[in-house]
Amino acid sequence: MVISNKPLRFILVALVACLPAMSFANSEKDAAHVQTEVAHKAVSEGHHEGGHAEPTDVKSKIKAFIGHHVLDSHDFTLTQDDETGKYYGFPLPVIIWDNGLHIFSSSKFNHGHAVAESNGNFYAINHHDGKIYRTDATGEITEDEKSGHPTNVRPLDFSITKTVVSIFAAALLMFWLFSSLAKSYAKNGGIASGAGRIFEPLVVYIRDEVAIPNIGEKHYKKYMSYLLTIFFFVLFLNIFGLTPLGINATGNLTITFSLAILTFLITNLTANKNYWGHIFWMPGVPKPMRIILAPIELLGVFIKPFSLMIRLYANIFAGHIVLMSIIGLMFIFKSWIGSSLSFGLSFVLSILEILVAFLQAYIFTMLSALYFGSAVEEHHHEEGAHH
Amino acid sequence: MDKLIYQFEFGLFFWQILIFVGLILLLKKFAWKPILDAVNDREQGIKDALLSAENARQEMQNLQADNQRILNEARAERDAMLKEAREMKEQMIADSKNEAQAQGQKMIEQAKAAIESEKNAAMAELKSQVSTLSLSIAEKLLKEELSNKESQTKLVEKMLGDVKLN
Repeated sequence: MVISNKPLRFILVALVACLPAMSFANSEKDAAHVQTEVAHKAVSEGHHEGGHAEPTDVKSKIKAFIGHHVLDSHDFTLTQDDETGKYYGFPLPVIIWDNGLHIFSSSKFNHGHAVAESNGNFYAINHHDGKIYRTDATGEITEDEKSGHPTNVRPLDFSITKTVVSIFAAALLMFWLFSSLAKSYAKNGGIASGAGRIFEPLVVYIRDEVAIPNIGEKHYKKYMSYLLTIFFFVLFLNIFGLTPLGINATGNLTITFSLAILTFLITNLTANKNYWGHIFWMPGVPKPMRIILAPIELLGVFIKPFSLMIRLYANIFAGHIVLMSIIGLMFIFKSWIGSSLSFGLSFVLSILEILVAFLQAYIFTMLSALYFGSAVEEHHHEEGAHH
Repeated sequence: MDKLIYQFEFGLFFWQILIFVGLILLLKKFAWKPILDAVNDREQGIKDALLSAENARQEMQNLQADNQRILNEARAERDAMLKEAREMKEQMIADSKNEAQAQGQKMIEQAKAAIESEKNAAMAELKSQVSTLSLSIAEKLLKEELSNKESQTKLVEKMLGDVKLN
């Protein structure tokens, strides 16, 4: 036993000894990669803005990089070379409605460095919010002193931005996965096969644990398509956001707003008499109370989807900021101990973010189902208590 | 709040709604409906299979119980039949015994009667023989003693009266 124990112990010791080395190696590599991005971003800022103070220290560079990451952008940049100023990625089409349709490639903006000309109009990307403004030929953007927002005219921007590409990719992936899963049932005699079968338990879970308990056996079927789609859509985009592609779709307020407004519309358009009765004329309370309760309940109708929107947005947005800040800490510490510690912390946080990705998708679906359930509920609360 | 409203982008909202609603409709037709139907069918199938297995088990049990019952009935019937046969046999034996006895008795009676009648006939025959014999004797005597016929007859009668039968 003594002899056989020794190699095992040796291997363990060797492994433990190697662990920090491995994490150092990784953080070193990541560090180099992100640092170049940060630095280049800083360079581009300085180059383009001119008037703004160029962030010189690492802290402000990281802050600027994070600030840009969480916003939408008009080109899909995977990484950029600091030294040569080269971007690795691809431009996306810009579609603007400004007294006529303007369609051109975002490469015309040269990553925000240049002013794009289309049919006699000039457009530039504002560095702060990443949005397109109509400018003069020099690309001058004037800012309002109080709010700090540009005063330039904003054309209607229907561009295929990075977020649009991401949601389209997620939609394509979902369509491929689930239609192949659906087809595999017919081919395989009612048993799933292929990649989609991983998601079959989730589909069944949404049906049995989310839809049926919250909506009820009778009505749940008409909401299933929406609930399943929204669950996987949010889940996939959350997971996309954790990949190094730099996508932040569910941390974008417009996306969460559109998801929440759909839940709001479906809830209120499919609601029955009883639901409205509970809002405007609450049964089972004294009459004066009903008058007081009505506006509160009516407000609740709007607060519910609003909370859905803010919850998903804030969770994902904050997750991205925290995760990137901790990754950024590696370059601020620039020491073997500090950087490896923040690497470990960011690793743990990434795992936590995966949990959050699932949790937020679940919560969004769960609450949507809850609201649908209240919209189609048929019994009064008094009667319900007897059951 | 102002910052949040400022972040809202109409173009992105438009694309998102377009893609998302399209995705819901497409997935509803090509994925969710077939998937949920298949899962439901499978669950229903499993439920049915379990139910039918349970039914089969029940039926099997019933069948076994039936078999047992039939077996018991058959056994009882066999026992009853055996018993009946035994009784019948005994009955037959008893009957035939009685009959035989009765027959024997009857035959004995007949034999007795026959013997009696034969005896009577023999007696009568004997009587007539004796009377003929006596008459012939008497004739012979009479032929010898013709002289004293009267006294002789008296004697014969006297003798005959002595030989009275029974």
